[in-house]
Amino acid sequence: MLNIKINGQSIQAEAGKTVLQVAKEHDVHVPTLCYHKDLNPTGNCRMCIVEVKGGRFLQAACVTPIWEGMEIETSSEKVMKDRKLTLELMLANHPVDCMTCDVAGECELQDLAYEYKAEVPAWGAKGTRYKADSDPNPFIRVDMNKCILCRRCESACAEIQGRNVWGVAKRGFDETMVTGAGVPMLEARCESCGQCVAYCPTGALSNKMNYGMARAHQVKKVTTTCSYCGVGCQFDLLVKNNKVIGVSSNPNAPVNGMALCVKGRYAYDYIHHPERVKKPHVRRYLLEGNAKPIVNRKSEIQNPKWDWVETEWDVALDIVAKKFGELRKDFGADSIGLLTSAKCTNEENYLMNKLARQVVGTNNIDHCARL
Amino acid sequence: MSNSMDDVAKHAQTFFIIGSNTTEQHPVFGTMIRRAVKYRGAKLIVADPRKIDITEIATLHLRQRPGTDIALINGLMYIILEKGWEDKTFIDERCENFDEFKATVMEYPPEKVAEITNIPVEQLYETAEIIATSKPTAVIWAMGITQHIVGVRNVMDLANLQMLLGNMGVPGGGVNPLRGQNNVQGACDMGGLPNVFPAYQPVTNPEVIEKYGTAWGLKVEGLKGEGENLQPATFQLSNRIGMTVTEMMPGILEGKTKLLYILGEDPVMSDPDTKHIRHCLEELDFLLLQEIFPSETSVYADVLLPGVTFAEKTGTFTNTERRVQIVRQAIPTQGDARNDWWITAEIAKRVLNIRMKDEGGRMNENAPYASWNYKDASAIMDEINALVPSYGGVTHTRLEAGERLQWPCPTKDHPGTPILHTKQFTRGKGKFMPIDHISPAEKPDDDYPMLMSTGRVIYHWHGGQMTRRAKGIMEVYGEALIEVNPDDAIKIGINGKTHIRVTSRRGMIEAKAWVTDRVPPGMIYANFHFPAASANELTHAALDPTAKIPEYKITAVKVELA
Repeated sequence: MLNIKINGQSIQAEAGKTVLQVAKEHDVHVPTLCYHKDLNPTGNCRMCIVEVKGGRFLQAACVTPIWEGMEIETSSEKVMKDRKLTLELMLANHPVDCMTCDVAGECELQDLAYEYKAEVPAWGAKGTRYKADSDPNPFIRVDMNKCILCRRCESACAEIQGRNVWGVAKRGFDETMVTGAGVPMLEARCESCGQCVAYCPTGALSNKMNYGMARAHQVKKVTTTCSYCGVGCQFDLLVKNNKVIGVSSNPNAPVNGMALCVKGRYAYDYIHHPERVKKPHVRRYLLEGNAKPIVNRKSEIQNPKWDWVETEWDVALDIVAKKFGELRKDFGADSIGLLTSAKCTNEENYLMNKLARQVVGTNNIDHCARL
Repeated sequence: MSNSMDDVAKHAQTFFIIGSNTTEQHPVFGTMIRRAVKYRGAKLIVADPRKIDITEIATLHLRQRPGTDIALINGLMYIILEKGWEDKTFIDERCENFDEFKATVMEYPPEKVAEITNIPVEQLYETAEIIATSKPTAVIWAMGITQHIVGVRNVMDLANLQMLLGNMGVPGGGVNPLRGQNNVQGACDMGGLPNVFPAYQPVTNPEVIEKYGTAWGLKVEGLKGEGENLQPATFQLSNRIGMTVTEMMPGILEGKTKLLYILGEDPVMSDPDTKHIRHCLEELDFLLLQEIFPSETSVYADVLLPGVTFAEKTGTFTNTERRVQIVRQAIPTQGDARNDWWITAEIAKRVLNIRMKDEGGRMNENAPYASWNYKDASAIMDEINALVPSYGGVTHTRLEAGERLQWPCPTKDHPGTPILHTKQFTRGKGKFMPIDHISPAEKPDDDYPMLMSTGRVIYHWHGGQMTRRAKGIMEVYGEALIEVNPDDAIKIGINGKTHIRVTSRRGMIEAKAWVTDRVPPGMIYANFHFPAASANELTHAALDPTAKIPEYKITAVKVELA
């Protein structure tokens, strides 16, 4: 254990930890921007700078390990002034369009500018430098004007997704994030998992599907479990006006943390697709009490007795139950088969099993586990 | 999975992936493996005929001839035994039947295995050394292992391998099948199988029949304790093993199956030999389908009832590592659609009424779980807690409180079980099974000279009912692509043309070719996401004799220009 002081308070901390880690453990607020707990620290945004006694420069807390006898000031006048200047330099080069920006309200740059009362300096860059919405990826909206070069996208892609799609190009004022060698994302072998979006602290990377649909505070988040594969990722469904308008990572998800795949994060719009079945459908012959017409694809078009009729639940359910009863009586319980669903819940599957066994009296129940 | 995903991601020294396209089909687990390999230095062996995405970071990629997995696994075990790398203590203390098993393995020397599998002898030695010396090794597989007529034998042989190496019951090891669907594990756990009640309690076991019969208010031979004024129940459970999906369908043509109630499935897209499935459904007396969309199957439905998506329901899903997780309703049910559990319960109540009237039959309505009056999903879970031993302690209350539970979790204070078989196997001793290689059911011949394997792609989901209705997904992957090796592309004469015609003994599809060395020469790979070109028009219903799983991974086909 090492003995250090943060803002005059004596602290014992484990060797090898960074100033930022120790500060966080002791509830000392140090602002961060490029740092994220899931990613390796890169120390390039300079927001977490602190003053270390005897040091020649301000140190980035996220990459500075503690040492014995270290004395740290996290909010001295010098530190605060320097942080504000850092923010102003970022804003000088950032469109101040928070009024229309999709991520306002959950933008870390906006929060820090507010906290430090940083404004766009008079000498700030005029106009935008990059095309907004510059990438054809259907899920991810890229606006490099809003990039602060924190490089979280690069780290998230490399360290979480293991894909290394994002990188840095050019130098100095022209430095910018690129995918592949400056090609569109999908050509750079992007899997559209959206990890870069989830970690982007600004509106440089946002979600295209719900762009402009809701601000953070207008959205209700409901944590649930994904319905695609068997990994069992959890995430938050973003709900506005009783509609699912998006999916966002939930850092507390047991299996996946912030990580999701393209289907989990972006293939949700089927939920409100106009083709959803919204009423019970019964073939006309059943309502008219006729015999079942011969069914094949052609007769479906030709035979009006095979038309769908939308009915009330009681009508449809009574027809169904009557058929169960009739066929069971005429051909025995084992003439009935149930295919339950690997997409439905345990509770629903349990009931299908109970219906087959208790109500019908057959073990003819299976699902697509084999398929 | 015998182990958990984060366990193998953290502790496996070697991953042996055989028959799983992990980064595309279980993408988030795939990224965990990528991280373990790239940043933790774990070794990765991928055995797959296709050069799937994850092979790019593999220590070794074995491209076995499709349908030769047993020969490969036996060959590896031969080398392990030859070099003395087996875990003798584990074999002595926890396993049985080793000698008989060993005799079979000894019939698979590397040279012979190389001939069967087309994997060079040196690669076999290299692989055996890596998996046997960089332990623990986690074996990971999916449908590439199971969708064969030898599916069960493949799985048993992988279990042999892990017992031989003593990789069972340890962190970072285990046998780890990746379940495809979000709740295929739960559907199996909940008795959605023809041979078992929930928690794999056999339907033929009199004690289990008595347990469920009593709980559900049915007639049970010699049942004690029923109220004296009550008439005994007459309805009873069947003790005959039921039909699997792959038996129910042909059962229609044999007059065995008259009514099917299908919940959220699309057999026309997902079952083998589509033409045959269509014919079966045409002949069916009554098809009840509960779905969110009109599907390829709803064409044949007599009644279509609107169920809801996961965003509209509350309940639980069980993932591939037996983790039970809560699903929360986020939006109201759409239109007049209803919760799927409500629909099933309404049908059950009405059918029971009809049976009571028609048969003059009775149930014991005082039985604790005879009724179908559920207030909500958590009330159903209460019944599951009482009747399904491995889910005994998995309550909605605990899950809502943030507890992380993997079954078996028998009691309300049990913490769940991340790793199975740590002290002993379910049957006591692990039994080594002698497994011999058997050739696939349909081999390429003069008429159908190429081999087709089927599966999914990263962007789409199974029959495609959901993902084909996702706009962005369709922009990225909007039509079926069939993978064709460049050598074959030259032979077929693709040369700038785009579409090919693939014919099997059962059907024909036309689709765009994707010329790529992901597939080896002589093999194509097709998916079943698009009705216009579904691979299942071509596949056949050759089944594993035990699991009744179709051999999707091997179909003989002819490929020509469209």
